[in-house]
Amino acid sequence: MNTVFDMTGWPRKLILVISLVIAWPACLWAAGVAAPREVRVFDTPNDGGGGLTVAWALEPGEGPATHYQILLAEAKDGAAVKQLAEFPANSHYAKEIKSPWWTRPVPKTYHQYDIKTGKGVELKDGTAYVVTLAMTNGEERAETQAAPATPGPNWINWNQANNLLLVLLFGSVLFASIQAAKKREIFLRRIAGLDAVDEAIGRATELGKPILYLTGAGDMSEPSTIAAAVILGRVAKRVAAYETDLMVPHRDPIVMAVCQEITKQSYLEAGKPDAFKEDSNFFITTDQFSYTAAVDGIMLRRKPAANFFMGSYFAESLLLTETGASTGAIQIAGTDSDHQLPFFVTTCDYTLIGEELYAASAYLSREPVQVGTLRGQDIGKGIILCVLGIGTILATSGILFGTEFQTLFLDFFRDVK
Amino acid sequence: MIFFRRQLPLLITLVTGIVFAAQYYVPHPASEEMLTTVTKWLQIIGGFALVLGVTSLFHIHAVKIRRKEPGWGYSFVLYAAMLGTIAIGLWLEGKETINGTMTAFGWIYNFMMVPLQGTMFAILAFFIASAAYRSFRARSREAAVLLIAAIIVMMGRVPLGEYLVPISGDITQWILNVLNASVRRAILIGVSLGAVALSLKIIFGVERAYLGGGKE
Repeated sequence: MNTVFDMTGWPRKLILVISLVIAWPACLWAAGVAAPREVRVFDTPNDGGGGLTVAWALEPGEGPATHYQILLAEAKDGAAVKQLAEFPANSHYAKEIKSPWWTRPVPKTYHQYDIKTGKGVELKDGTAYVVTLAMTNGEERAETQAAPATPGPNWINWNQANNLLLVLLFGSVLFASIQAAKKREIFLRRIAGLDAVDEAIGRATELGKPILYLTGAGDMSEPSTIAAAVILGRVAKRVAAYETDLMVPHRDPIVMAVCQEITKQSYLEAGKPDAFKEDSNFFITTDQFSYTAAVDGIMLRRKPAANFFMGSYFAESLLLTETGASTGAIQIAGTDSDHQLPFFVTTCDYTLIGEELYAASAYLSREPVQVGTLRGQDIGKGIILCVLGIGTILATSGILFGTEFQTLFLDFFRDVK
Repeated sequence: MIFFRRQLPLLITLVTGIVFAAQYYVPHPASEEMLTTVTKWLQIIGGFALVLGVTSLFHIHAVKIRRKEPGWGYSFVLYAAMLGTIAIGLWLEGKETINGTMTAFGWIYNFMMVPLQGTMFAILAFFIASAAYRSFRARSREAAVLLIAAIIVMMGRVPLGEYLVPISGDITQWILNVLNASVRRAILIGVSLGAVALSLKIIFGVERAYLGGGKE
């Protein structure tokens, strides 16, 4: 007798079909422990050695229940296999690795795992290893054949090729600007702090008081210290012409030695070699606050009419400038230490902000070669401004439309190490 | 002599400048080793240079004492302290503690140097107050803007201020994250370009003033 519960007719077939449709993905997961495909094991590109990279294609059945295992052994001793990692199959994608498009070894959709010398593993350069990749799901397990690879150091980090290209581009712009400046005069905007240098030296001469010049806390490897030393040369030349006393206390003996030579040369160029005093540049100490105490003492005892604070500074900046302000000296500061700028702006009469410190040499000398570099820097800033604008538009459009072609441009201006 | 005073230093600068700029792009251990070796050279040169510095210090203060210049007593104190510390340091082989007991050398450092340094650093608080007082007087439009921004930020950073004016916290964050951060980044971009330009000028011999003088 046929009833609605009779399971021999079409309802049985229908239930069977529905069950199959519902259960199919689960069956696939359960059966998805086939050995990973398109497995590639190779020396990690652009590194200093001691690294291997494993990459493989996505498996159709992979999900949170399935796991991947990475196994490593030395090629000559394949039996001593060591499991390095185990992770869910829906993780470790190539797109998660920070590398630009021009050095990406596999498509973004692939899985990628980097084996590096570190915790519990040591990869020796030049030694052959074999890497096995396994997929597991509970008790089920399928693994690939062991793939050989040898780690080794690389001579060039192509991830930084964009950096190199940008430096070369900026260098070319700079030297082109220098050439252009030799042919025609370039307008320089007024920098009040540098115009005041002559005024400060003149005032010190009138008052018969010395000039205090500090080159900052940095050593000779810092661009700001080099800039401070170069400006010292220009200032010393004018000081020599006025025959005013110059005091340059130092925190670094190498900076002191360099500044002594610069000052001596400036006196020679000014035609006043006899006025040069070897002791005008002197060393105090490398200790931050001992130096500050000593310079504050000099300010209070000698009462210089003009104080110059050039170079990089830390917590001592306010201690120095506030003491200088209390003595009534005219104060000119120039620093690239952005965190100290508010203190200098507050306590000094004139402050050279950031790049103005580097522009000072060109501004004071007015040599075409020096002025040309300023034009080059301005062009560089123009390029950066354009890149910022275009990059913002592209990054926003990428998010809005879900497209990825924008990375072709954006990666080029990213800092990828 | 012009070769040793001018051309040789410029040549060394050019070669080392290019080599160490290239070193940034080379991850090979040989490149890292070269950098480490040169850093050690720098430390050794720095050690020798310290002799120059200490000689300069001794000379300056010896002259002051000999001529009995104003404040020569300070120079005498400096001489006594420095020679005393050097003698004690050499005697105790630079050890601050021996078998857990503080040596005289350690005592000088911990009970003289550290408190003196701390005192100098502590003065900063008073200097900040006096500098803030001077800059917050609204004498110009710029100073007025600075004053208003400072009051808002202070309100937003102090729990009582945020309790009294709840919106000050949000405005403070906006001032710091938008206005302040953007200006700082603009300054840093300019500084970085300036530093790169100066480095290129030095490497290629366009800027020579650091060698002592301008054109030959």
